Amino acid sequence: MEHVVIIGNGISGVTCARYIRKQDSDIKITIISAETEHFFSRTALMYIYMGHMTYENTKPYEDFFWEKNRIELIHKYVTKVDTDSKSLTFADNSTLRYDKLVLATGSKSNFFGWEGQDLKGVQGLYNFQDLQQMEYNTTDVKHAVIIGGGLIGVEMAEMLLSRDIEVTFLVRESRFWDKVLSPDEAKLIQAHMNEHHVKLLTNAELDKVIGDDTGKVKQVITKDGKTINCQFVGITAGVSPNIDFIEDSAVKTDKGILINEYFETNIKDIYAIGDCAQFTESLKGRKPIEQVWYTGRMHGQVLAQTICGNKTKYQPGPWFNSAKFFDIEYQNYGLIPAEPEEHEDVFFWRADKANVAIRAHFDKESKQLIGINSFGLRLRHELFDRWLAEEKSIEYVLTHLADANFDPELYKNYEAEIINSYNEKFDTQLKPKKKSWSRILDNLKKLQHA
Amino acid sequence: MPDNDFSIAQPHPPNTDIVQKSGLALAGLGVLILLLSIANLNLQPAVLYLSLSIGSIFAGTIIYSVRTYLTQPAGIKNNGVWFNSMVNRGILGWTAGIILTGFYVLLYWYPQFLGLGGENQENTGIVALFDPLSKFFSGKPASQWFVYGTLYTTAILVMGVKFMLKYRHNRYQLIRTIVVMFCQLFLAYLIPEILNALYTEGGYFSKDIKYFWPLNYEFFNSWSLDAMRESGALGMFYLIVGIGLFTFITPILSYFVGKRWYCSWVCGCGGLAETAGDPYRHLSSKKLYSWKIERWLIHSVLVLVVIMTIAVLYGYFSGSSKFLGLDTYTYFSRPYGFVIGAIFSGIVGVGFYPIMGNRVWCRFGCPLAAYLGIFQRFKSKFRITTNGGQCISCGNCSTYCEQGIDVRWYAQRGQNIVRSSCVGCGICSAVCPRGVLKLENGPEEGRINEHPIQVGNNGIEVKA
Repeated sequence: MEHVVIIGNGISGVTCARYIRKQDSDIKITIISAETEHFFSRTALMYIYMGHMTYENTKPYEDFFWEKNRIELIHKYVTKVDTDSKSLTFADNSTLRYDKLVLATGSKSNFFGWEGQDLKGVQGLYNFQDLQQMEYNTTDVKHAVIIGGGLIGVEMAEMLLSRDIEVTFLVRESRFWDKVLSPDEAKLIQAHMNEHHVKLLTNAELDKVIGDDTGKVKQVITKDGKTINCQFVGITAGVSPNIDFIEDSAVKTDKGILINEYFETNIKDIYAIGDCAQFTESLKGRKPIEQVWYTGRMHGQVLAQTICGNKTKYQPGPWFNSAKFFDIEYQNYGLIPAEPEEHEDVFFWRADKANVAIRAHFDKESKQLIGINSFGLRLRHELFDRWLAEEKSIEYVLTHLADANFDPELYKNYEAEIINSYNEKFDTQLKPKKKSWSRILDNLKKLQHA
Repeated sequence: MPDNDFSIAQPHPPNTDIVQKSGLALAGLGVLILLLSIANLNLQPAVLYLSLSIGSIFAGTIIYSVRTYLTQPAGIKNNGVWFNSMVNRGILGWTAGIILTGFYVLLYWYPQFLGLGGENQENTGIVALFDPLSKFFSGKPASQWFVYGTLYTTAILVMGVKFMLKYRHNRYQLIRTIVVMFCQLFLAYLIPEILNALYTEGGYFSKDIKYFWPLNYEFFNSWSLDAMRESGALGMFYLIVGIGLFTFITPILSYFVGKRWYCSWVCGCGGLAETAGDPYRHLSSKKLYSWKIERWLIHSVLVLVVIMTIAVLYGYFSGSSKFLGLDTYTYFSRPYGFVIGAIFSGIVGVGFYPIMGNRVWCRFGCPLAAYLGIFQRFKSKFRITTNGGQCISCGNCSTYCEQGIDVRWYAQRGQNIVRSSCVGCGICSAVCPRGVLKLENGPEEGRINEHPIQVGNNGIEVKA
């Protein structure tokens, strides 16, 4: 009986295990994790701290699921991978043999060697232990400083504010999440953060963290000499692959574990998926390291095919993502840069009195939609997946936007406003089409046969 | 790993400021007057104390909610829910549960302890407190049911306003709550009170038009049918509409919009659950075994009410007091009324809010919910659509589903949610941080996607 061992019980590893079991009832599957005994949703860590959910609520499957599906769970830390003898060594010196090994060990928070980064009260937020640490570190905190303007940073700000801890948010760049958000979008989000009493400082780079006599953080100093008193520092300057344990082995790594489009590493029968993996050659228009929930899940699904004997290439459809900035939901379909490329035109629209906005990029010549960001407006994934795959034009998309509206019933519709704004800006006379279920269904059918 | 790795006693209790405290104190005063009246403190003049009590509850709760919610940007307000002893099955929650349950026990079985006077005896206690209001409507002193109806309506209105402030960003929630408050105030409370005062001759029957069989299990009892027949046009109206509601209206409306048209928009039990019960919605069990129990239990109650109704109708038309050789009252209507009507829907249904969530009755016991659910499951346009591959499995939807549906289980595999128990409250969609869930009525084709596709992964055909 073949034994597949998966290191990491996050979304990538667990998805891989589940899809192996769906297709093959014989393979022996073991998932190893040092983090938690059972799979939980990492994206929900913030909600545990804020009191929206308990840890138990964040488990996507009840505890009986694993035994029922004959997926063995080992709650231990792997210290060594021996690729010759095909065995793993745990921190307690016990060992485990594998026939195929899947590395799905996720990420770790970036620390860039700042002075004082090891002081008590300075931490990142990625795993369950970080959350426990944060619970402990924020017990008697009045003021916190967050370093790094990305998604984990804004989540951490929301977490801290839920406990009435004041937050100063240091963003090195000129605006929040500048790699993804355009200046208009960042303005919207920053104003909203301000509404929530986040003190956002842009162009503010951390110089060092100063501690008190007990080794606890007491202030941070920025590069331009500003001093901010605080009792907690959240480091959210991105994440990088969590691969320390593998670096002494024969498995080739760069920033992440190097893989081809089949998730194969340089060693036979060893694969890597999710945040910890790095494509030797990136797929067109995509990054070599994909660090989001959705890509981790897709990696797991695809690799399961290969492991079950149906060798399959990773062929993701149009890029998509989502986030939430305090009360503003964000959805994204198609990868678009923060500012337009040379051949691209931009359409940005923002509602007058609500935190609702969209930004679409399209080709100047062909008008083909390249991607869209939406804020405070929910959009149907299936439709945008099809529209992007079928290279629909911006004009087609805007006239059919009612089909794609996914806001709750009885919400205000913005389709007419959006299209008027486009007409004005690009001198067209487009008219919005009414929502049509038959068009929506047709697209769904095409999706099923795609 | 145990939950309490995270201190249940949150080290930073959210601050309540002086305005919030004053609001709570005022509302507390209103409740205190009610409690004192139960202790038979003979508060006179009753009209003053009653107005003071209800007025303080209204004013205090609204002051508290305005201050709590309008000082923050609109959005989901679930911070600290699991840290709050009142709503995390802590000591306050258990206390509330015991008090509520105790109140229901008195109400159903020992109304004399609430001050209900016997024959030729004046009311005392809390019932006497409500005499002036009852006399205003009907000229008659209050009954324990009048007290209950008034408090029930007050709870829905007051907590409805609080709910609307909490969800002020969400128009579905606002409109739904206005409708459910309207239905309670007018259809369940004012109109029946006024009609009962105006039409006294034909005898009593329920004049809450939206309270129909099989939830109103007494509808076909002899005394009820007789009263309707003897109440002229009004009685005929209630008889015809009462029958029309479960024969025609229910299948038709449930086909177009799902059972939510009733359960979370119109129903009184649902109205209380959605307003006063809202803070307890996360306490419903999401475990698979709860679903198994639920399916057996609720459909058994439906079967029981049908048998009981056949028995009383047989008795009504045949004139016999026996059905299949068993006394109809002793073996059919009384046990049903006692076990299902009193214990299940009343005492457990509301008394257990703080322990088992706000929809215990609706989920496990209500025969009308079961009946509506059959249409919703098999012949309806309603579903909760899952938005492609956008789910991040966070669990907010499942956690805040009052009916204990594991919404995430469907959402994370890209499958639409079509479940007989869903009351369409819309909170899963509201709390979803990624815009994954949408309640909608669409074509039956493709509504139940047993083999969903996970959007975004083109290399393989993903069978979830």
